[in-house]
Amino acid sequence: MRVLAAMSGGVDSAVAAARAVQAGYDVTGVHLALARNPQTYRTGARGCCTLEDSRDARRAADVLGIPFYVWDMADRFHADVVDDFVAEYAAGRTPNPCLRCNEKIKFAAVLDRAVALGFDAVVTGHHARLGADGLLRRSVDPAKDQSYVLAVLTRAQLDRSIFPLGDSTKAEVRAEAARRGLAVADKPDSHDICFIADGDTRGFLAQRLGEAPGEVVDALTGAVVGSHSGAYQYTVGQRRGLHLDRPAPDGRPRYVLSITPVTNTVTVGPAEALEVDRVRAVRPVWTGGARPGGPIECEVQLRAHGDVVPATVSLDGDALHAELRRPVRGVAAGQAIVAYRPDPAGDVVLGSATISD
Amino acid sequence: MAYLDHAATTPMLDEALEAYVATAREVGNASSLHAAGRRARRRVEESRERVAAVLGARPSEVIFTGGGTESDNLAVKGVFWARRAARADRNRVVSSAVEHHAVLDAVDWLAGHEGAEVGWLPVDAAGRLDPERLRAELAAHGDRVAVVTAMWANNEVGTVQPVAELAAVAAEHGVPFHTDAIQAVGQVPVDFAASGVSALTVTGHKLGGPTGVGALLLARDVAATPLLHGGGQERDVRSGTLDTAGIVAFAVAVEAAVKGQQEYAAHVAALRDELVERVRQAVPEVIFNGDPVDRLPGNAHFSFPGCEGDALLLLLDAQGIACSTGSACSAGVAQPSHVLLAMGADDDRARSSLRFTLGHTSTREDVDALIAALPAAVDRARRAAALRTPR
Repeated sequence: MRVLAAMSGGVDSAVAAARAVQAGYDVTGVHLALARNPQTYRTGARGCCTLEDSRDARRAADVLGIPFYVWDMADRFHADVVDDFVAEYAAGRTPNPCLRCNEKIKFAAVLDRAVALGFDAVVTGHHARLGADGLLRRSVDPAKDQSYVLAVLTRAQLDRSIFPLGDSTKAEVRAEAARRGLAVADKPDSHDICFIADGDTRGFLAQRLGEAPGEVVDALTGAVVGSHSGAYQYTVGQRRGLHLDRPAPDGRPRYVLSITPVTNTVTVGPAEALEVDRVRAVRPVWTGGARPGGPIECEVQLRAHGDVVPATVSLDGDALHAELRRPVRGVAAGQAIVAYRPDPAGDVVLGSATISD
Repeated sequence: MAYLDHAATTPMLDEALEAYVATAREVGNASSLHAAGRRARRRVEESRERVAAVLGARPSEVIFTGGGTESDNLAVKGVFWARRAARADRNRVVSSAVEHHAVLDAVDWLAGHEGAEVGWLPVDAAGRLDPERLRAELAAHGDRVAVVTAMWANNEVGTVQPVAELAAVAAEHGVPFHTDAIQAVGQVPVDFAASGVSALTVTGHKLGGPTGVGALLLARDVAATPLLHGGGQERDVRSGTLDTAGIVAFAVAVEAAVKGQQEYAAHVAALRDELVERVRQAVPEVIFNGDPVDRLPGNAHFSFPGCEGDALLLLLDAQGIACSTGSACSAGVAQPSHVLLAMGADDDRARSSLRFTLGHTSTREDVDALIAALPAAVDRARRAAALRTPR
């Protein structure tokens, strides 16, 4: 079997490629050039799109003795991930660009090209389990589990995906990298958003969307309690950086409850007003078995590394409804709701959808 | 493996390798005054004479360097600096649109950092320069031109330029003419004096010598400001301890390549013509790039409509066939060839191109292997390229 290993230059994808080689696959390494101008992306150990990362990936491929190429995906990445990211914030939602990159780039543009070129599957260093039963499960390492950002993948995409790391903890992956002589064994993990060079998401958005001053309104009194320079700079559940002119009458902190792009208004209120016990979502993907005909009991996760809550989930055409067993704070439109079935062999991803409200 | 990338680098000749190893065993700095130093110096000077003799230069015109990129930089920047130092308003460089990056980027650097003006000479659809364009350029600006640089033969599409005619035009205006002959020496007849050029770049690893050693042939009456300052070796133009073993091996390779050029070219051109014919049969819609007549004997360059060159390279590489797409950026991303763009190709065609180059170890089996693998690779690359949906 010919497989394409996506190699970011980090330790996970290097060990994933190594395991694919060891498993007897005919492996070709590919580094995705995602930045139009690599210098503007995160440098060194923190990113996934720099010259240094491309060299690290190439060195790992050398050590493994596999062919290695760089694929230019910058235009696709820009259109499908970066522009989408900006547009989602402009629409008052909170996107997850890693999820979008999996959905549109790694397991779409890259996978499709690989298949056309005669490869059978794509190997990545994601921390998730995907076994012979075809079910996507959480990694054994709960801190590193990435099943949430993979839950958007369709059955067809999963059928051509290999995640060799799901049964290992991050510590085990690092130890194995060192044992295999991979120089990236000690390379720090990447964090945050790879295409925002300085980690300043607000600044990045402000540069692209411009200043758009508006009002911050208290949900309980309707009073204007402050101003902002762009509603897109706020996320539901946010507490810090509100710069309110007037304290709440009860003296308690206020949080962003909602963002209304049409009126350019940010609405704030007390923590309990953030609580949500039902979630609506759109464009469901269901891979953990047959699409359910009626309501099912499961667990849901509403953001990356977020808490898991029991819920009743039902599908209705292109919509997904979830009744949460206990209220959750800070549910943001644009994030994914992922439904899991608890399982001692690793919680199984049933499906996912994009939260609409 | 079918190695069809001799223009990138070609295997060392046995005699060059043996000369290298034998010389590298000897101690001696060619600048030292004692017996060991004298022996090293003698080896260097004998090598200088061998290179000069076969390339039509005087020994004193041979400046050994660390390879083609250094020679090109020394010629372009060094002659520019020296000529401008002699007269401040002489700050124009004339170059062609199809130069190797070692010249192109040196010229761009002069424009960006030294305030140089640049006159770019266009090429026709075959990649050929027109001496009349140079004549017009020099008629308009000749008084202010510090140096003209135009390659002898193109490294991508293989087109051989009318160098002697171009050099004659430059000479009419008294402007020094540099030519990057890296791809030409050993492939086509090259004679420094007869060609009328003022400076000529040659490098070892394209003709069976070692990597990292080359020469700039620089006419005695042409001054060049050094890039490297130090011990004053090589006419004070190129400081640095002489790489005796590399120079000896380089000279052996240059001599063998030039003396064997006719026989080599006849053999390789016949094999190349067979490759071209069979590629055309296998992929009828292929476009053959470059000048069909005035071209390097080992070069075959094609555009494969509807394919991406980097996909084809990956697929052929998997079948053990080594070829080239042209240039890549520092991150390794394939770039559309500036040479093809200058020849009027659009971006898609430029990206759909592959270069196959034959050399002294090439055989019919290499061509057979390519033809066996090519149709399936083209088919797959087409399917992959069709996924590039316009947004």
